[in-house]
Amino acid sequence: MADSEGSSVERRGFLKGLAVGAATPAAMHAQDHDHQDVPSDLTLRTKALESLLVEKGLVDPAALDALIDTMENKVGPRNGARVVARAWVDPAYKKRLLENAPAAIAELGYTSGQGEHMVVVENGPKVHNLIVCTLCSCYPWPVLGLPPVWYKSAPYRSRAVIDPRGILREFGTEVAEDVEVRVWDSTAELRYIVLPERPAGTEDMTEEDLAALVTRDAMVGVARVAPPSGAAA
Amino acid sequence: MNGVHDMGGQQGMGPVQYERNEPVFHARWEGRVWALNRATAALRKWNLDAWRHDIELLPPVDYLRMSYYERWLVTLEGRVVKYGLMTEEEMESGKAAPGSTKATPALTLATSSRWVNRGIASSQDPGVPPLFAVGESVRARNVNPVGHTRLPRYTRGKTGIVARDHGVYIFPDTNAHFQGEKRQHVYSVRFSARELWGESASPRDSVYLDMWDDYLERV
Repeated sequence: MADSEGSSVERRGFLKGLAVGAATPAAMHAQDHDHQDVPSDLTLRTKALESLLVEKGLVDPAALDALIDTMENKVGPRNGARVVARAWVDPAYKKRLLENAPAAIAELGYTSGQGEHMVVVENGPKVHNLIVCTLCSCYPWPVLGLPPVWYKSAPYRSRAVIDPRGILREFGTEVAEDVEVRVWDSTAELRYIVLPERPAGTEDMTEEDLAALVTRDAMVGVARVAPPSGAAA
Repeated sequence: MNGVHDMGGQQGMGPVQYERNEPVFHARWEGRVWALNRATAALRKWNLDAWRHDIELLPPVDYLRMSYYERWLVTLEGRVVKYGLMTEEEMESGKAAPGSTKATPALTLATSSRWVNRGIASSQDPGVPPLFAVGESVRARNVNPVGHTRLPRYTRGKTGIVARDHGVYIFPDTNAHFQGEKRQHVYSVRFSARELWGESASPRDSVYLDMWDDYLERV
């Protein structure tokens, strides 16, 4: 009830509060607890900031379009899936991938930002790997694209290191007691990707069909790659 | 700083909320904010570590309440003023001051792909010797820096083993505050789950963190 005036805050006053620096959002948001207003406010504020940056010649809108197009259409988990499938069918490639991931991934043409220092960690019958960034949202963009909301969320970031088996269970992934769980907390500029186990029943599949089985979740390590439907388990 | 962003090991945050077929951006403004952050980074007024620290400086209640890209928007609004790209008057009026200079060339369509591809500021530098060797036991220092750090609280004072030497990287604790790059080795350090969390943890499990020389001491 006390927040009923929040929606009447004018955009001017809103922006003025922001300009003072990092300490101001608290004061600003003390008046802004009406969540109904949040989406339109954020749209307006984003437009205001973009138009100012454009007017001052600091940002080119066409460049923003190109950046967004790259993340929406050119990078994403399909890239990582191709890397995994190649590693499954080509032992020499897999060896290069585990020894020098950036170079091996670049062989397939994926070299964009946040990936210069990628490391591939391999799952096996006795090892299960899980990727997290407890401090922010570090993620291997060139092979997986931008991270999903859950990866950046407090529940995942807080618990992946202290209760990885509980997290895995939430994703429906049971890991036996005699399997070692290795959690990789991305605290520096290294970016991790899991090489999942190739499922049984895929011996005759092509590299392309194998890539279609590989999910983002399997490359983060919260899931396994499921066998193709209809395959003998 | 011992901020709310340092989440490893915190409890009570609830179950993971999973969204099927999640879009890359949930609204147009999210994509614009993401791209504005990338584009303004190209102006080189700040660095990646300073950028991260701005987000860490959000008051804890706001950090937890805001969506991910709301954090990016709010901190960018503050940052453009803090680093002199905008004046407070311009932010208030929504209009560029008459005759305000365009001293820094804008990120253009032609250069944007380079900026997606450029990657992150760090480097290999054979001139910097490692202080620790693979296989060596190390302890994460028990320190509580008030500025930016990438040394999570949950490892401080704990003992692990150097699993791999990743080479030389810029030190975020100084770089975030424009106090120099202080290049040094980063190692993958393996901590057993029991060392970190006690006897209730699985005896087989472990957590690997990437740690700079300055975060470590000999056991």
